[in-house]
Amino acid sequence: MIWLGIETANAPLSVAVVKDGKVMAEVVQNIKLTHSAGAMPAIETILANVGVKPNELDAIAVSEGPGSYTGVRIGVTLAKTLAWTLQKPLVGVSSLKVLAANATLFDGLICPIFDARRGNVYTAVYKGTELDVVIEDYHDHIDGLLARLKALAAPILFVGTDVDVFWDKIVGVLEQNAYRAALHEDLPRASAAILLASAEELPSIEAVHHFTPQYKRIAEAEANWLKEQKEQTHEQ
Amino acid sequence: MGEFIMENRVILAIESSCDETAAAIIRNGSEIVSNVVASQIESHKRFGGVVPEIASRHHVEQITIVIEEALKQANMKPSDLDAVAVTEGPGLVGALLIGINAAKAFAFANNIPILGVHHIAGHIYANALVQPMEFPLLALVVSGGHTELVYMKEHGSFEVIGETRDDAAGEAYDKVARVLGLPYPGGPRIDQLAHEGQEAVAFPRVWLEEGSYDFSFSGLKSAVINYKHNMDQRSEEISPTAVAKGFQESVVEVLTAKTLRAAREYNVKQVIAAGGVAANKGLRTSLEKVFAKEGIPFFVPPLKLCTDNAAMIGAAATPMFEAGIRGNMMMNGRPGMELKSWVD
Repeated sequence: MIWLGIETANAPLSVAVVKDGKVMAEVVQNIKLTHSAGAMPAIETILANVGVKPNELDAIAVSEGPGSYTGVRIGVTLAKTLAWTLQKPLVGVSSLKVLAANATLFDGLICPIFDARRGNVYTAVYKGTELDVVIEDYHDHIDGLLARLKALAAPILFVGTDVDVFWDKIVGVLEQNAYRAALHEDLPRASAAILLASAEELPSIEAVHHFTPQYKRIAEAEANWLKEQKEQTHEQ
Repeated sequence: MGEFIMENRVILAIESSCDETAAAIIRNGSEIVSNVVASQIESHKRFGGVVPEIASRHHVEQITIVIEEALKQANMKPSDLDAVAVTEGPGLVGALLIGINAAKAFAFANNIPILGVHHIAGHIYANALVQPMEFPLLALVVSGGHTELVYMKEHGSFEVIGETRDDAAGEAYDKVARVLGLPYPGGPRIDQLAHEGQEAVAFPRVWLEEGSYDFSFSGLKSAVINYKHNMDQRSEEISPTAVAKGFQESVVEVLTAKTLRAAREYNVKQVIAAGGVAANKGLRTSLEKVFAKEGIPFFVPPLKLCTDNAAMIGAAATPMFEAGIRGNMMMNGRPGMELKSWVD
């Protein structure tokens, strides 16, 4: 069973090939290269390096969001198109869970964070080697998240390169319960996406067409429009 | 480069530069084997215009469905294709990226080359799907995002001899439609009202410096807004048909006169109109009339090839493919891509 994993949900890029439960190759990078320019060449190179032809792949795993809207869409578009044209199943996994999977041995809670701008974050809280969900993937202001985390009153490990943006605030609220992941745990790995995906039941090939990113946030224009609709109904 | 000769060249084309997710299969640059367009217009209507983030979200939902449908309607497999062509720019970057990344994944998985096509070259080459292009040729490209006069001395040679300095013609149509309280997209509705009108409000014609082939429509748009404002202040009702007729007459007169002057100066064998506004009845009729009198063949593609589609991208890509042009897996979306010749 040969898997291709694709992770482009935020600034870092990762692609991996896993065969029969072994990582054959993995690329993890965090450089100033757009995913549009970098992702497809990385997939091409890694498959050439491991000597696997596209049609020899058995399944594809993709980090489905949340994260950068454009980043998520590039990974999902590549994964969807490959899966559809090769007629292979596609499994999506939470980009937050992929990052949390770097730190499952932490004795406490694991909190991956992506900067969603203007003081907002995409985040979740997981626990243990099975990554049991304590708080589901969602979008929140950092203050809202920290209030929820404080109430959990437990040691929490923060994972991700974006944690640095909020670190002072995190320590200010959680004090000695705030732990910072090691630098090698901060970048998401496509092999982790494959590991998580391979635990799922494989969806049908037909499901590929209807695969969509998990933005965890509606578009701003749509939010405003819904608000207007609500106000109008209220006035009537 | 002169005429290109092809034998059963089949290209899959993908277009996602704005609010249509489209795929088509084109044989020999002239025959539409299939042409599929998933329009998002109903979704964007809510906002009174295209919202880039919403457009990107729809593209990612539709892209594989649209490509599959194009293959299905053509009764073809990926192995029947010689290349995949995709709009590289200009357009909304997030929207372009969906088509580009789908094209890359498709090309890689099926081991066929990829080509990046300029959206405006596509609009011009929509004409090749109707009748052979004869050079030298002059193209008037008019749409929601573009107003350009392009001179082509041969395939792949594009010289922009005039362009808008502010609003695109279609943009002015949509803005004036908003002033008149017409629903989005307002362009076609203005065309309709203009035909119903008897009287026309007198609006200025903007010619710019003598000899210039450039256009400017923002002054005209402001004139319409001021007119409405003044009438409102005097509590007088405006006649939407008279405003539409006056506005359209100004746009059409300038576009027609400049196109005619350029056609004469460059001594072209063919004049073509392209882009969404080329479907405008007032503009089409005016251009047909002057070029019939002038004795220069004039063509406009049918409506479904004037608005954004992938068939035109396949038509533009075919002579590029024959000339040996290939893209690569680093291709990025180019929102401000310039129309450049691909021949010397």
